Amino acid sequence: MAVCVRQSRKSIINHVKAKMGLLGLTCLSSSMPSLNNDHRTLSAASLAKDFRNQNSVLENKPTLYRTRRFDSTKPHQRSGVQSNVASSQFLDFPGGKVAFTSEMRFISESPKERIPCYRVLDDDGQLIEGGINVGKEIAVKMYSDMATLQTMDTIFYDAQRQGRISFYLTTIGEEAINIASAAALTIDDFVVPQYREPGVLLWRGFTLEQFANQCFSNRGDDCRGRQMPIHYGSKKLNYLTVASTIASQLPHAVGVAYSLKMDGKDACAVTYFGDGGSSEGDFHAALNFAAVTEAPVLFICRNNGWAISTPTSDQFRSDGIVVRGEAYGVRSIRVDGNDTLALYSAVRAAREMAICEQRPILIEAMTYRVGHHSTSDDSTKYRPVDEIELWRSARDPITRFRKWIESNGWWSSEAESELRSNVRKQLLDAIQVAERTEKPPLVDMFTDVYDAVPSNLSEQEKWLRETIKIHPKDYPSDFPL
Amino acid sequence: MTVRDALNTALDEEMSADPKVFLMGEEVGEYQGAYKITKGLLDKYGPERVLDTPITEAGFTGIGVGAAYHGLKPVIEFMTFNFSMQAIDHIINSAAKSNYMSAGQMSVPIVFRGPNGAASGVGAQHSHCYAVWYASCPGLKVLAPYSSEDARGLLKAAIRDPDPVVFLENELLYGETFPVSAEVLDSSFCLPIGKAKIEKEGKDVTITAFSKMVGYALKAAEILAKDGISAEVINLRSIRPLDRNTINASVRKTNRLVTVEEGFPQHGVGAEICASVVEESFGYLDAPVERIAGADVPMPYAANLERLAVPQVEDISRNHLISGISEMYMWDPCYYWGGTAH
Repeated sequence: MAVCVRQSRKSIINHVKAKMGLLGLTCLSSSMPSLNNDHRTLSAASLAKDFRNQNSVLENKPTLYRTRRFDSTKPHQRSGVQSNVASSQFLDFPGGKVAFTSEMRFISESPKERIPCYRVLDDDGQLIEGGINVGKEIAVKMYSDMATLQTMDTIFYDAQRQGRISFYLTTIGEEAINIASAAALTIDDFVVPQYREPGVLLWRGFTLEQFANQCFSNRGDDCRGRQMPIHYGSKKLNYLTVASTIASQLPHAVGVAYSLKMDGKDACAVTYFGDGGSSEGDFHAALNFAAVTEAPVLFICRNNGWAISTPTSDQFRSDGIVVRGEAYGVRSIRVDGNDTLALYSAVRAAREMAICEQRPILIEAMTYRVGHHSTSDDSTKYRPVDEIELWRSARDPITRFRKWIESNGWWSSEAESELRSNVRKQLLDAIQVAERTEKPPLVDMFTDVYDAVPSNLSEQEKWLRETIKIHPKDYPSDFPL
Repeated sequence: MTVRDALNTALDEEMSADPKVFLMGEEVGEYQGAYKITKGLLDKYGPERVLDTPITEAGFTGIGVGAAYHGLKPVIEFMTFNFSMQAIDHIINSAAKSNYMSAGQMSVPIVFRGPNGAASGVGAQHSHCYAVWYASCPGLKVLAPYSSEDARGLLKAAIRDPDPVVFLENELLYGETFPVSAEVLDSSFCLPIGKAKIEKEGKDVTITAFSKMVGYALKAAEILAKDGISAEVINLRSIRPLDRNTINASVRKTNRLVTVEEGFPQHGVGAEICASVVEESFGYLDAPVERIAGADVPMPYAANLERLAVPQVEDISRNHLISGISEMYMWDPCYYWGGTAH
């Protein structure tokens, strides 16, 4: 406890020095708070409505000395132990007081009610209540990008089936999570993806040609033919190269967030994962470290019901992923993952909290993987076709959002057919060009293993060139040596 | 200067020189490091740059890698390299491969450091040498200091290096004192990665070693000198890249090679050195290469058995190739003979 207190005070002092005056922040207090209860005089953000009394566990922790706070809120009352309770009635334990009880009561393994799912649009694309502040321009771009993503998936998927690329993985059914979350971020927010989030790149300006070059692994690929199709990456767009190892991106995102925190950036790290990924040790490590280091990171879980063939009932017995947040001291929300507007507003609010309060946020987006896991999978072997069809048609996030923008008069069937045919044409062109573009040159095999090519690799490259010169027929001739 | 102070001052100077350098690990802050390598650094640089972490190797290793992706230069401490096994995915799949997979877009300037190999009386799960595990992976650099000069020069080189570096220390060397020159004490001092050091010149036999075994090899060389045998002792310093040129040049001069390591014999550092010499200097060898390595068993705890399981000075000096008494060779469990028949 004493350790934590001291560290927190130090980090606050450092941070206050560095950050004073940014973002309309107010000074924490004219004098540093004393160690025990004075932190109640500190303020906290009031960006979300309903977390107020949920996080009482956190109340007494010295780590509550957040480094960047708004002035407008007050820390919530600790619901457990009041400060005036006699000392025989509680356990004074490192980390805070714990009340005694004579009732032997085990905490239930499941809540009476499942955590509800935040939504803004109903199944028919109509606002459920009140208004939402999303303008025409951003709404139309969100819709266009979702439709583009869907078209791109269909065409690349077919290209794989025709044997033109070795592998592909669609995002079908999860377009809203991709695009709405991307729209709620800024380009400075650093994305640490899994592999079903190419829509974030699309939103940020990765071109259809770039997608095609990567999938065809040609000379134009930003990653020089080093990775399987769909493992995109772009430093320019603050989008880390996709890792195939499930959930390893989660601690990386916390590291990125810690780096942003140290640099005092007004940005957060954003990472995505699936329901299956939540079973990896890295998930638990990442949430715990994010909480402890007060890292500005958004964990966005795409709970799409299936991890290849494993249903969520075989993956975990908790009420999904959202409930894990509280256990780690991470604020969380469950969102309808097929509701573009709900996602957009939830991610926006989460981003504000993450940056202003320097804390992690967990978002569980409930959705469905309409496509197969990848082109190596036939999901009709393990799940009912009716289930897939229901989500493909009646619950399609794109159709639902289209209804909303159409009801606003922002979209029409003419605009729809124009968009779809343009994207289709552009993609077919991109694929044709990508297919014809030459493959990466031999030298690309040896560069980037290290910052500078070491002598043993120069030697290997030399030997390889000499061998190819002597036995040209044994090597492919369709790439530059 | 002790190796501990050499490591501590190297960390201190690099943290002072570059605000992007930060330390992370279990007990590195308030406790000053399980072996006090990070002593005083929390007070000097504050909790933002000296982070005590929860006990999750995969957590702080992965977070370090992420921080490196974003431009920081983390130095990750493992309490022992045995525990790095819980984080090896982040070292191999993430740190070692990301620069390549991203075509240079995501470099990983990170150092993984901590005690490696056998200490004393700490059993199998604290005594394993991981040099060859990491040295077999492209994308990593693997360093193993012996002296205070090595510790300072190589750790500074590791922190300044743009690639991920695995830095293998030895617990038993931390308290050892080595003389250091004024040059070594200068804050600009740095050693090249990938260069071995000839600790002692000789003409009859080449002995390669790294980390604690360098000291043993030097002691063996002293004993051998009394018998008129002149041994050349090579301190590898860098396991990957391996300084094949220095090793081969030495063997071409002495015509004999003995490799020494605490790790297991199969696919060991000695095996790689042997392969290199067979490939490049076979015609210069007057005798089969000898490998002296740890016994091929998990480390036993009992002191008598532990002693037998790791190479001793006498195992080197009594080596049949060196003393030329192969007929009288006595089998020793920590003695792995690469020859054909005996």
